[in-house]
Amino acid sequence: MAETRTMTINMGPQHPATHGVLRLVLELDGEVVAKATPHIGHLHRGVEKLAESKTYHQAIPLTDRLDYTNAMGNNLAYVLAVEKLLGIEIPKRAQYLRVMMAELQRIAAHLIWLGTHVLDIGALTPIFYTFREREDVLRIFEEVAGGRLTPTYLRIGGVSKDLPEGVDEKVKAFVQTFPEHIRDYETLLTKNVIWLERIKEVGIISKEDAINFGVTGPTLRGSGVKWDIRKVFPYSSYEEFDFDIPIGSVGDVYDRYIVRLREMEWSNAIVEQALERLPKGPVITDDPRIALPPKDNVVKDIDALIRQFKIVSEGFQPPKGEVYASVESAKGELGFYIVSDGSNRPFRMRIRPPSFLNLSALPKMIEGSLIADVISTIGSIDIVLGEIDR
Amino acid sequence: MEEVNLTIKKLKEKFPTSILDRKTFRGEVTVTVPKKDIFGICKFLHSDPDLQYQFLTDLCGVDFFPETPRFEVVYTLCSFKNKERLRLKAKVGESESILSVESVWKAANWLEREVYDLFGISFENHPDLRRILLWDGYEGYPLRKDFPVEGPDFDKPFVPEV
Repeated sequence: MAETRTMTINMGPQHPATHGVLRLVLELDGEVVAKATPHIGHLHRGVEKLAESKTYHQAIPLTDRLDYTNAMGNNLAYVLAVEKLLGIEIPKRAQYLRVMMAELQRIAAHLIWLGTHVLDIGALTPIFYTFREREDVLRIFEEVAGGRLTPTYLRIGGVSKDLPEGVDEKVKAFVQTFPEHIRDYETLLTKNVIWLERIKEVGIISKEDAINFGVTGPTLRGSGVKWDIRKVFPYSSYEEFDFDIPIGSVGDVYDRYIVRLREMEWSNAIVEQALERLPKGPVITDDPRIALPPKDNVVKDIDALIRQFKIVSEGFQPPKGEVYASVESAKGELGFYIVSDGSNRPFRMRIRPPSFLNLSALPKMIEGSLIADVISTIGSIDIVLGEIDR
Repeated sequence: MEEVNLTIKKLKEKFPTSILDRKTFRGEVTVTVPKKDIFGICKFLHSDPDLQYQFLTDLCGVDFFPETPRFEVVYTLCSFKNKERLRLKAKVGESESILSVESVWKAANWLEREVYDLFGISFENHPDLRRILLWDGYEGYPLRKDFPVEGPDFDKPFVPEV
């Protein structure tokens, strides 16, 4: 009788389909994955440790670099946690601007996911279309915040500046044309037999397993759980927007694909509503301990100059305590747990990374399936290693 | 005073001596429990039909050096049924260990590995307690307060085993 042996192969960390530096050790029985062990940490930068030596304002740019496809969402989660700690109210206009930017960012993040995911599977065309639309979003960010990939637009207490003139027209133009573009992607993919063969009934995770593994975001909703932080624990005025939570039923790659497509449509609708109903008023809190004074005053008024200096060099001192605030980022529930000892630096800043927990369920999804399906499953859970490794 | 929070009420009934401290800050409930009871309490919170904390949102460590006991392990739980969050805490001393909750929530597997990796707190009954972000053979636990942010670079190049 022939001897049965498994073969161990390394996939990654330098592999185009692992979306970064993920290393998977696969034990193969022929072409079937018998065991998968993810190895992470290649991109570990010690963000949580770094934040402990920075003032609260200085930690904002660190958050951009976690999930670098979703910088606005990361900013939002962090500033919400600090604002909760401080117990301050944010002006309505700033809240709406935050929602608008977070949803545009979600669209951009999902567009990267769609382009690269189908590229992994072998469809070379869609990425050119998705990156074309993503470019529109990034141009809007560039005008609004000055940065494209890491805009650092949000501030504790509000946003860094109001919309520049003419940007609302660009957002409107984007919102009006985007549904058409989604239809284009769907024409290329949704009924494409080759695409469906690769993603239907692949990488299945059941509802119960998804919950037990701590999976969140579109990956959880693909398994049929109607759970979205924007609806369950609304933040930043999300309760005032009209949108639905798309869910799947089987929990395979196809369901996650459909969920994200529908999510982009709803995000587009939210941006439209935010733009229509954008209230007038200030874009940052008037609390003098937290917000920087207007630049014009700094050069004319000695008090404002002192205030600027104090805030930039010392920051502010929130009360003692601990808070947890989370948002529904493009990948899932992104949370910040901040422990304050009453000083001007966070005593402990813990990031709850959605991709980290989503990835921990990967072996469950791929064990017993073909090695080719590993590629489509990794693509479908949409991991970003910058956030997993922190 | 009549207890309004259902979770605390049920916990008090089931584990009358286990609630060491209970705080509400900015609407968030934090309960401190002894570390020996953590597994039983988690199992109860997870399986009780009225509470159903089926979701382990987060598990992390905090270092309060030079206090003793030095560490806190913080569990952020979420109930899909009641749409509620609960924070559980257990104090753990240096070179002590705490029971793993991996058999209650699979999510704890990687989260506990991370706490082990960055704080050096070990978890009993964990099926696969290895470093996760740093490599095997790394010395020190970076998120401890006495670990310096700056210092000399390591001189041992890392060669992964296959």
